[in-house]
Amino acid sequence: MIPSEFEYCRAGSVEEALDLLAQKGPDAKILAGGHSLLPAMKLRLNSPGAVIDISGIGELSYIKEEGSHLVIGACTTHGDIAKSTLLSEKIPMIVEAAAEIGDVQVRNKGTIGGSLAHADPAADWPASLLAGEAEIVLASSSGERTVAAVDFFQGLFTTDLGENELITEIRLPIPDAYTKSTYVKFEQPASRFAIVGCAASITRSNGSCDKVRVAFTGVSSTPFRDQAVEQALEGQAPSDDNIEAAAEKAAMSVEVMGDHFASQEYRKHLAKVYARRALQAVLS
Amino acid sequence: MASIIGKSVKRVEDKRFLTGKGNFTDDIVLPGMTYASIVRSHHAHAKINSVDISQATAVDGVVAVFTGTDIANAEIGGVPCGWQVDFKNGDTMKEPPHPLLVADKVRFVGDAVAVVIAETAAAAQDGAELVSVDYEMLEAVVQGPDALAADAPLVHDDVPHNTCYDWELGDKTATDEAIENAEHVTKLEFVNQRLIPNAIEPRAAIGHYEEASEKYTLYTTSQNPHLIRLLLSAFVLGLPEHKVRVISPDVGGGFGSKIPHYIEEALMVWCSGQIKRPVKWTAERNESFMTDTHGRDHVTKAEMGFDADGKIEGLRVKTVANLGAYLSTFSTCVPTYLHGTLLQGLYTTPAIHIDLTAVFTNTTPVDALRGAGRPEATYLLERLLDNAAREMNVDPAELRFKNFIPPFDGVDQPGYQTQVALQYDSGNYQPVLEKALDMVDYQEFRTRQAEAREEGRLLGIGFSTYIEACGIAPSAVVGSLGARAGLYESAQVRVQPTGKVSVYVGSHSHGQGHETTFAQVVADKLGIAMEDVEIVHGDSESVAFGMGTYGSRSLAVGGSAIMKSIDKVLEKGAKIAAHKLEVAETDLEFANGQWTVKGSDQSIGFGDVALTAYVPHDYPEGLEPGMDFSSFYDPANFTYPFGAHIAVVEVDPETGKVKLERFVACDDVGNVINPMIVDGQLHGGIAHGIGQALYEGAIYDESGQLVSASFMDYTMPRADDLPMFELDRTVTPCPHNPLGVKGAGEAGTIAATPAVVNAVIDALSPFGVSDITMPLTPERVWKAMQTQTKEAAI
Ligand SMILES: Cc1cc2nc3c(=O)[nH]c(=O)nc-3n(C[C@H](O)[C@H](O)[C@H](O)COP(=O)(O)OP(=O)(O)OC[C@H]3O[C@@H](n4cnc5c(N)ncnc54)[C@H](O)[C@@H]3O)c2cc1C
Repeated sequence: MIPSEFEYCRAGSVEEALDLLAQKGPDAKILAGGHSLLPAMKLRLNSPGAVIDISGIGELSYIKEEGSHLVIGACTTHGDIAKSTLLSEKIPMIVEAAAEIGDVQVRNKGTIGGSLAHADPAADWPASLLAGEAEIVLASSSGERTVAAVDFFQGLFTTDLGENELITEIRLPIPDAYTKSTYVKFEQPASRFAIVGCAASITRSNGSCDKVRVAFTGVSSTPFRDQAVEQALEGQAPSDDNIEAAAEKAAMSVEVMGDHFASQEYRKHLAKVYARRALQAVLS
Repeated sequence: MASIIGKSVKRVEDKRFLTGKGNFTDDIVLPGMTYASIVRSHHAHAKINSVDISQATAVDGVVAVFTGTDIANAEIGGVPCGWQVDFKNGDTMKEPPHPLLVADKVRFVGDAVAVVIAETAAAAQDGAELVSVDYEMLEAVVQGPDALAADAPLVHDDVPHNTCYDWELGDKTATDEAIENAEHVTKLEFVNQRLIPNAIEPRAAIGHYEEASEKYTLYTTSQNPHLIRLLLSAFVLGLPEHKVRVISPDVGGGFGSKIPHYIEEALMVWCSGQIKRPVKWTAERNESFMTDTHGRDHVTKAEMGFDADGKIEGLRVKTVANLGAYLSTFSTCVPTYLHGTLLQGLYTTPAIHIDLTAVFTNTTPVDALRGAGRPEATYLLERLLDNAAREMNVDPAELRFKNFIPPFDGVDQPGYQTQVALQYDSGNYQPVLEKALDMVDYQEFRTRQAEAREEGRLLGIGFSTYIEACGIAPSAVVGSLGARAGLYESAQVRVQPTGKVSVYVGSHSHGQGHETTFAQVVADKLGIAMEDVEIVHGDSESVAFGMGTYGSRSLAVGGSAIMKSIDKVLEKGAKIAAHKLEVAETDLEFANGQWTVKGSDQSIGFGDVALTAYVPHDYPEGLEPGMDFSSFYDPANFTYPFGAHIAVVEVDPETGKVKLERFVACDDVGNVINPMIVDGQLHGGIAHGIGQALYEGAIYDESGQLVSASFMDYTMPRADDLPMFELDRTVTPCPHNPLGVKGAGEAGTIAATPAVVNAVIDALSPFGVSDITMPLTPERVWKAMQTQTKEAAI
């Protein structure tokens, strides 16, 4: 449980962090909450030459309304997000997802930026960020770019994040008043990560479902928006039968993962069950 | 003064534990100490071609590196097995060596190949990473029954069929006949899965050789330091026992996994002798998963025959017990004398037979785990009973009432002689189940269950009425059964001149609260304040001798040794008191810490008598000064706690997830010294038992990799998985020990597992499900519903 030797650098600002990243090169690792990186280092699964600690950068920790968006700083902890009344009013699935992560200690240290960068296939965040059509802001010493969440997640522990880039912000469009959302999760009993995490966000008008966004985490190696489910319900009335029919289409287009806690077959079944539960919760 | 026996006195040890002031092995830092990291095999079965340590020795701070070859060259024996079980034909069991470091081939993932010792733990780990071992892969055998296959790879080349021994108990002919002639036979084939104990404190050991005195000290996380000293000095390293001191300081949980003598203990002592400096090793959590002895791992086929009235006629059991790669200290007796002998349960079954084969596999060694053998026996019996009730359409509670052994107190009525060697001490079984049924409001539940089914909800109730053998153990009995140690206990009561009392006990507390319970007993019997009593344990230099703590033995056996010494104190005290008060001893009575002349107000206190013993100016003639008594207590019999546990569950029909709604238990552990501590032991035990039913299980893949080697992959029960336990008890004192106590440390674990599984099977009864393999993960429960639904549809 002792990491190999590494150099420790503490960044006081985003600028300093980017400089250090450029300077230390690919052998350096950003350290935020440390709740994914440190266990990996202690088990010597990851042995970076340098660690750049960004946890003290106050300017990366915030939740605020900015025009048509809610924006969250990358170093905001899961715990702060879980407690945000602003988010809870505007996009409840975000708060619900945060509250599902780990336990109090994990939520009080772990950050949304760290979770996204790490891209554990069973992490909670991706589902609600995909369903919320989030964008992720990435900065490097050569500038800033914004990627849509759907393009950010690329595979098992793999994202669009460049070697010398830092996640600085998560941007979520504020939905209109007719939109409701939720996040539901079937936990892996040991780790309590998601075996199936399903986020649903639905905008209704005149008794039909105008816009439906359904996304999964835990089901496949890459989190995904499930357009088959979305399309099955869009334009339909929110009846039990319609919900059931839409949920039946869950996880049809992806390669479903299997492990000793949930085989492919069972996970696929759970995806349908949790899709239905999420849709029911939003539409009830 | 009111007695403090039977009072829920707060645990005196908790203050130091809860404020982080405990003194655990890893907390100990000795001058000049070095740190060890052990190079372990990543393969389950492989030949070692060569070990290259050159890069490791070059690491800055590395002091020494030793390999299996060094151990072999030093001609050090392996760690021994403490219990001999013979083959049916009389041949001695196979006992392949378990060297401190292996030189020829590795036999499980975690097998120790080399040790790197360095100035810091970090340097030791850096060095260990650079030891390069050239392996030649061999095919591995993982599951017990597979080890018996004709073409199975051999774990030890000289152990044919991987068989350690085969064994039987009971009357085979009578049992075969009973099953043959039974009106109804309930059959069950199941796996009692392998568990990983997961004490919160990882194992640790410090070896300390002092050149000046030529003494060796071992600090270790052990449940039985004296036993470790005996094995270490006499069997492994050949050191003179009086030059070896073993200290087992605060220990953070054992559950059986800290009974065995482990290679790391002997290795640290030997290494310290080599480098003449203290050497510390502390297991990393994944080492704990890989190398703490595992528990259970039985594959069993059981049949229970009934007559037309539902009376049990016979029980036939065939089991393969997986012992892992090497024999551990008590691994051989767990599936035999702690399992086969418990198959009578609480029932009058007239014919019982068990046939058991113990095998080696390429897995972590298996030894005692909370309950050790008794959970396996209870699981088998209680699952059979609930299944039989369903098959015969009898109420499961009724079926038990029909078969209970009638009450006997072991005083006026003799103990109950079982078909499987044991004689129960005292028992009154019907009341525990009656009480538990009341507590759970059984009739109301059945109504609620029927209503819920109408709504598509799956509620279930499961029963478990258990007995266990505790207070381990009468030496002559276990000796005749193959134990290579006596299982008595020792206690020394030293009354200090000021009347304060130090008690040196051979049992060892690692969570059980001995410092409280024992002090309660001593304070009560001597009529002094609890604060005036100190319980000392865990150091072979201060405690005369002891066999340690396991098998719920500490109070029943160790407490009895304390009682014997207290009797000696009081006997001598009476002599001194009689002298001081100038009366005959027979004129005195002792109460509340005073000797009083009967029918008068003349008295003398315990403190004055103690002082007189050490300042014997005015003293009985011929009496030795001082007041310090040691006693050894060898129990006359095991003790036999029993009880009834009932679980109520709801199963999510869509996901198979089991929610434990209620857990009700009525236990009889004999007399109770501290109800809070007993309840605490039961709570922990029940959680442990529920863990086996629903969550826990070691998973090996086919190549012998331990897939569940972290808390991310091995599910422990957690507080939010569990309902508030509802406990009650009856009291049937043990007739053969002075405190009338039976033991409570393992009861919960033994009882809870089948209650929970039975409840899930009951919930799924509309699907005709009769077994689900433990742990009952949501997927397994869901699959059981699918299979049965499909079959019903065909
Ligand atoms: C006991 C436990 C239980 C957990 N349970 C859950 C759970 O139920 N659900 C769940 O989703 N997660 C869970 N987690 C993981 C937790 O959410 C972590 O906090 C999260 O995965 C990583 O965030 P962090 O801030 O700790 O990142 P760190 O561990 O500091 O870093 C993780 C990775 O991200 C990189 N990184 C961090 N911040 C940035 C950034 N701003 N820009 C670029 N790269 C960055 C690091 O270099 C590193 O590679 C659990 C963790 C633990 C220890």
